[in-house]
Amino acid sequence: MSIDATPSIARRGLADRLLRRGPLEAIATTIIAVGVVMLMQPLSLTLYSWSFATTLFGTVMFTIVSKVRE
Amino acid sequence: MNELSASSRITYRAVMVRPGVARRIRGLSDRTLAWLFITPTIVLLLAINIFPLLWTIYLSFTNYRANRANVPTIWLGADWYQSILTDPDIWAAMQVTAHFVIWTVVIETVLGFGLAYLIDKKFRGHGMWTTIILLPMMLSPAVVGNFWTFLYQPQIGLFNYVVAFFTGRAASSFQMLGDVTLSPWAIVIVDTWMWTPYVMLICLAGLRSIPDYIYEAAEVDRASKWRQFWSITLPMALPFIMLAVLFRGIENFKMFDMVNLLTGGGPGSTTEVASITLKRAAFESWRTGYSSAFAIILFVTVFGLANIYVKALNKVKSR
Repeated sequence: MSIDATPSIARRGLADRLLRRGPLEAIATTIIAVGVVMLMQPLSLTLYSWSFATTLFGTVMFTIVSKVRE
Repeated sequence: MNELSASSRITYRAVMVRPGVARRIRGLSDRTLAWLFITPTIVLLLAINIFPLLWTIYLSFTNYRANRANVPTIWLGADWYQSILTDPDIWAAMQVTAHFVIWTVVIETVLGFGLAYLIDKKFRGHGMWTTIILLPMMLSPAVVGNFWTFLYQPQIGLFNYVVAFFTGRAASSFQMLGDVTLSPWAIVIVDTWMWTPYVMLICLAGLRSIPDYIYEAAEVDRASKWRQFWSITLPMALPFIMLAVLFRGIENFKMFDMVNLLTGGGPGSTTEVASITLKRAAFESWRTGYSSAFAIILFVTVFGLANIYVKALNKVKSR
């Protein structure tokens, strides 16, 4: 009987790296910041139109991921 | 001895007056008592904050007008949101807000950090200077708005005379609040004057939290003052600076009172920040549904920024 532990360790490592509160909060924060910049930029009306959706998405994401384990 | 026995008798009588209530209160668990104490606050919070918020969200999807409350309300879906997010006038108001927010935050941060750096040196009379610098922050925005309106008067205003003294221009040759180019800067100056001390306080807290032994180690390594500033002072005070930037950014994004008192959004719409546009839509045009949708858009933006603020605050706390 042989146990190959390498793939499962690699998978768990990747999941651990991605599904932690810190990185997810950082992503949500970046989305919120991008949304606010889109709201107030003077360059494109299209970007302004999508700003609310972006900020709302970032805010909802932040609220959800702040409940994820450390 | 007699006094003691008398007080014991009074206590005994007091307990004996309503034995049922006393027993019932004594029998409550800590958790129940806690709920009893916080229930009034929760009820107040629901009535004043949560219910109006939910009601505003509902109104933002309808054609409701507060001055025609008897007219049947029609469900419009996301029409107001679409209208606001494709309106070039609202976009222009957002750019005016951006001008106000960016310039006030940049100037206040630079000046506030500079003042904090100087005050942190503990020179003679630094306590007195700290108090003097903090004075504008303690005033009401209504008072500040009114007296800066007088200071900006082209005929009698002190500001115009000071500018005239340094530039050689006639004091009555320019109007800070009536000029299309100058009025956006007039509100930036007043906000900077009022809120730089606040930024200074936060930065001062950051500077005072840096342990002396780090500087002593840098001295041993013969690091120059310039190097100490860039490698120790600024990185260690950065979370506090971020906190000040976010707080002032959020506050200025929803700034209303001071701008309303100083310019009322004018001349034209050059100083019409988002909150002034919102007030005009809600209480001058009486477009309640439309203004509710606009308020929700601003609320989501402020809520999003507040999330970032809380994250920065936790980072500062963890130090």
